[in-house]
Amino acid sequence: MPETVEAAPQVTTAGARAERTPWGWWVAWVWLSAVVLAAVFAPLLPLWGPAVPDYANVFGGITPQHWLGGDTLGRDTFSRVVHGARASLLVGICAVGIGALVGGILGMLAGYFGGRTERVLALVTDVVLAFPGLVLIIAIVAILGASLPHLIMGLAILSIPTFIRLTRATTLVVAQRDFVVAARAYGCRPLRIIAREIAPNVVLPVAAYGFIMIGTFIVVEGSLSFLGLGIPPPTPSWGGMIAGGRTELLTYPHISLFPAAVMFLTVLSINYIGERTRKQFEVKESNL
Amino acid sequence: MTDMLTPPTTPPTTGPTAEPTPRARTRRPALRRIRKRLVHLLLVLLAVTFLSFVVVDLLPGDAAVVVAGDNATPEQVQQVRVELQLDRPLLVRYLDWLGGVVTGDLGSSFRTGQPVAEALGQRIPVSFEITILAQLLALLIAVPLAVYSAYRPGRLLDRASMTVGFGAAAMPQFVLGMVLIVVFAGGFMSILPATGYVPFLENPLGNLRSIVLPCLTLMVAEAAVYRQLLRSDMISTLQEDFILMARSKGLRPRTILLRHALRPSSFSLITLSGVNIGRLLGGTVIVETLFAIPGLGQLIVQAVFNRDYMLLQGALLFVAVAYVVINMIIDLLYLVLDPRVRRDA
Repeated sequence: MPETVEAAPQVTTAGARAERTPWGWWVAWVWLSAVVLAAVFAPLLPLWGPAVPDYANVFGGITPQHWLGGDTLGRDTFSRVVHGARASLLVGICAVGIGALVGGILGMLAGYFGGRTERVLALVTDVVLAFPGLVLIIAIVAILGASLPHLIMGLAILSIPTFIRLTRATTLVVAQRDFVVAARAYGCRPLRIIAREIAPNVVLPVAAYGFIMIGTFIVVEGSLSFLGLGIPPPTPSWGGMIAGGRTELLTYPHISLFPAAVMFLTVLSINYIGERTRKQFEVKESNL
Repeated sequence: MTDMLTPPTTPPTTGPTAEPTPRARTRRPALRRIRKRLVHLLLVLLAVTFLSFVVVDLLPGDAAVVVAGDNATPEQVQQVRVELQLDRPLLVRYLDWLGGVVTGDLGSSFRTGQPVAEALGQRIPVSFEITILAQLLALLIAVPLAVYSAYRPGRLLDRASMTVGFGAAAMPQFVLGMVLIVVFAGGFMSILPATGYVPFLENPLGNLRSIVLPCLTLMVAEAAVYRQLLRSDMISTLQEDFILMARSKGLRPRTILLRHALRPSSFSLITLSGVNIGRLLGGTVIVETLFAIPGLGQLIVQAVFNRDYMLLQGALLFVAVAYVVINMIIDLLYLVLDPRVRRDA
């Protein structure tokens, strides 16, 4: 008897430890919410204008007026970081949304129908993957002009193959399940089966992956702006701000450091939340 | 006990006469699979090269104007256009170029007149060296960490490497590169060159010094992703019956981990690593820009901006071929790594 009494609490504590949500989860959500809220309400916030130079603030450090100092032109870094979040989040969310929608539909078609549909889509996927993404984006920007929608379009095209592959693989598994077979036995049309039976089961894993892709695209957008190929300059963007401080890196590192830190923390939060969410799906899948 | 013994005892029941047929059956599907892949990949190559012709053609700005210079008269521009054969239709130019490629002629740069093959020959080894070294470094760090983390999940090393990995994966390359430059090539100490590339044959040590920072920049995030991937695959492999079998035979954990578990766990890792090699060979523009390295990525970007069609075509062809060849190698590696794939193909 005493042995079981001793053993029981050990098991429950181990279980409780596995169940407990780590504090990092809450920190990540708080940070992400703050960034999203700041981005959404940026025009309403009592900030300096993101493009207004203040000549007293050139290379400025942290002051009560300028919370994160100023850049090479004396523009307020805090305000620019907040406004830059709009561009970064917009690009990330829209590009992933379009990519997931188009790639998801094509992937379900490929996974469900197989055969020629699948082979043609595999070809399209491989062609996009074998074409350097940067060239595609430069070309789109050069042909259609540098602007936010064109950048989103280019990134969405680049993300479609990955979503096709992921959705196709998930669809192959779901299509084997009994309720799909039952629907087919009922005589449902294939497109109805895809829309009503398969899509609801594919959406969650794809969404979890898409969430992580948002983080990736924030970095990609930053990299493009860093190379001068992203969002055109007057609009603040995190990558552009980091690039702007590059020449003063050794003397005034904070010009690049603050936007870099904000970008890092945002991507870190997204990765962390996404990874944890994805793992929860995995467990559920294996229990089925 | 009997369950475990049955699989190996089944072959004798089929008898010696039945032996050739299963073997023939196992070989043919593998061959058919390879042939199917080859056709598919050839189509990919054709589509990519044609697509790049179309994209380049759609780019605004006239290559003839760029090549002839700002002060050229319309007649001169027209003359250049005819010389470069830009006055002919797209499809004709594409077929012409394709014919040249098949006979080993990639044409020459519009800008410098340098043969495209020669220009690529200067850039590819640089990209190749950095890519391969970065991949090797990433695997060298990720594999031992992943194996140990899978062996003892939840231990300090597992949790520490996971935390560091999360940070590494969230670090944009251009930020990491800038930090490395500040730390090792300026701000704190100047032990490594910040920019420039020294060819290996010129100065082996200088070559190594010049590529340390670029390789580190490329490697960090990948090592983190690789560790995570291999760890989770390895943990699921360790649940399998043959691991239990190996343990009950009394094999050492090291043997089980490295000889029994690593090979079947390495599929996703090899796939991702292959995809990354293909992607990096096609240019690591950010790292090349940061560290002023004359790699393929810079060449491609410059070719786009200079409207140097021939050079761009050649470079894109190489990138596509690299992608295709690496995909083939990965496919064949599956066959080598796992006998089950050979049978099921």
